[in-house]
Amino acid sequence: MKHEKLAHPDEAPLISLSGAGIRRSGRWLVRGITFSIAPGEIVTLIGPNGAGKSTSAKLALGILKPDEGEARKRRNLTVGYVPQKLAIDWTLPLDVARFMRLTGRVDSKRIEAAMAETGVSHLASAEVRSLSGGEFQRVLLARAIARNPDLLVLDEPVQGVDFGGEVALYEMIRRVRDDMGCGVLLISHDLHVVMAATDRVVCLNGHVCCEGSPRAVAATPEYRRLFGDRAAEALAVYEHDHDHVHLPNGRIALANGLASAHGHADSCGHDHHHHHIHHHLEETSRQGAGASTGTDETGRHS
Amino acid sequence: MLDDFFTRAIVAGVGVAIVAGPLGCFVVWRRLAYFGDTLSHAALLGVACAFLFEIDTTLAVFAVSALVAFALLGLRRTGSLSSDALLGLLSHSALAIGLVVLAFMTWVRIDLMGYLFGDILAVSRFDILAIYVGGAIVLAILAAIWHPLFAATVNRELAEAEGLDPAFADLVFMLLLASVVAIALKLVGALLVTAMLIIPAATARRFAASPEVMAGLAALFGALAVILGLFGSLHWDTPSGPSIVVAALSLFVLGLLPLPSGFRLGRAADGRARLSKGDGYGQS
Repeated sequence: MKHEKLAHPDEAPLISLSGAGIRRSGRWLVRGITFSIAPGEIVTLIGPNGAGKSTSAKLALGILKPDEGEARKRRNLTVGYVPQKLAIDWTLPLDVARFMRLTGRVDSKRIEAAMAETGVSHLASAEVRSLSGGEFQRVLLARAIARNPDLLVLDEPVQGVDFGGEVALYEMIRRVRDDMGCGVLLISHDLHVVMAATDRVVCLNGHVCCEGSPRAVAATPEYRRLFGDRAAEALAVYEHDHDHVHLPNGRIALANGLASAHGHADSCGHDHHHHHIHHHLEETSRQGAGASTGTDETGRHS
Repeated sequence: MLDDFFTRAIVAGVGVAIVAGPLGCFVVWRRLAYFGDTLSHAALLGVACAFLFEIDTTLAVFAVSALVAFALLGLRRTGSLSSDALLGLLSHSALAIGLVVLAFMTWVRIDLMGYLFGDILAVSRFDILAIYVGGAIVLAILAAIWHPLFAATVNRELAEAEGLDPAFADLVFMLLLASVVAIALKLVGALLVTAMLIIPAATARRFAASPEVMAGLAALFGALAVILGLFGSLHWDTPSGPSIVVAALSLFVLGLLPLPSGFRLGRAADGRARLSKGDGYGQS
């Protein structure tokens, strides 16, 4: 994997939110949202339904204006956006080829390449309304990629995609990032695959409750409170592709990380009033199996 | 050639139809039919104002329609009433106020029916000039904002996220709609303006594979409706404005008849070639 395009500390972030909040009819939808995306970085927003993931992304994109705090966007930023929902009205005659050029001129070669990448080349002349959910999702993705964006924003990109497809999708996103050096903002409520496919995770629940590398976040008590203990295992399940050890009893232990993550991931101590599942005793003992070298695993407190 | 009132009527009507078609497509796509109604009902208030202040009718109608459009945008933003109820409120109050104001002005004698249902046969050469010059300007502006306006019609947030300015495009579109109402008022009248916007666009939908083709076809069907309607009105001695609308409706109904399968303009013969399943990620 090419890493020369990854985050450089001195490079200006593509977008950044600092203490951003938005209020509707007297209620804060989200508040105190702080995160930024550097060129070449994959950042994932996770959180339960209604945690304000899409709202935060819209703040970052400038679709919504913050009522407090700040939202900054780099000048002349080219964005490729895959919204969570997009309904095409019956009255709109729109085929895929036209849809690919919806928000600006795009080179035909780029369109062809992007459609080949997501496997929808054969649908170029199909009417957008006639696509199935999965096909449409891939067309949306191809459209965003074809723009050659500086920042790719994907709101729940795996809707209507099965598990094997999910893994392939996240691998493709990573490939696109490596090829184009763009920043990526992923939004997901689903943890299984997304956690390992990302550089940095921001865990939301109306505010940023923890942030850091996937492993560091998975080890925080806040994350466990939000998603339950099994969520941490989900990360392990995915990572078996890369670096893991099969223990004799059939369990999986990571070669790098989980055990060391305890002390590093640091986060705010809010009580989220979510499902508190209290059986992590067994979990913690399991994690002791991993070796500990995770120096890059520092979680950041916001 | 323009000496004949009937020829003038056809030339004027075709001009209006060509402008109304593409704008009507956006009215249909954005579900603004009732909004168009509101603007055109407000046009009667514009007529009243024109007589009251002794200014040009077309200009007054445009100004009042534009004001109503802005009022609606403002009221909608406060979000206290549904836009449906708001439109009903604005639409009928504007019409009623217009009628009341006209009734107060006992010194003016106007042909109210002409403003409600149009009087295309009274079109002057100056009117034709206004229609073609004004119409060309409207179409030129529409072409300039076509891209962001269409993108925002498909998905506003997508357009905004990717750097377009939907709010500006919306605003300009409202003004264009107000101008079309002003231009078309004399032809089909306040109560039937919306028909000129919507019916040709709805007819065109079935035959079009791209938004641009639909806009062109809507203009074509509108022009055809004007010609058929005017000849019909001459032949059967029926009122011209309603005859045009009836002709447009007839075209729409004809368009509902079954077509040879896969017939669409602006697309290769076979719409959906499924050669192979891509090797990208699958779907559930």
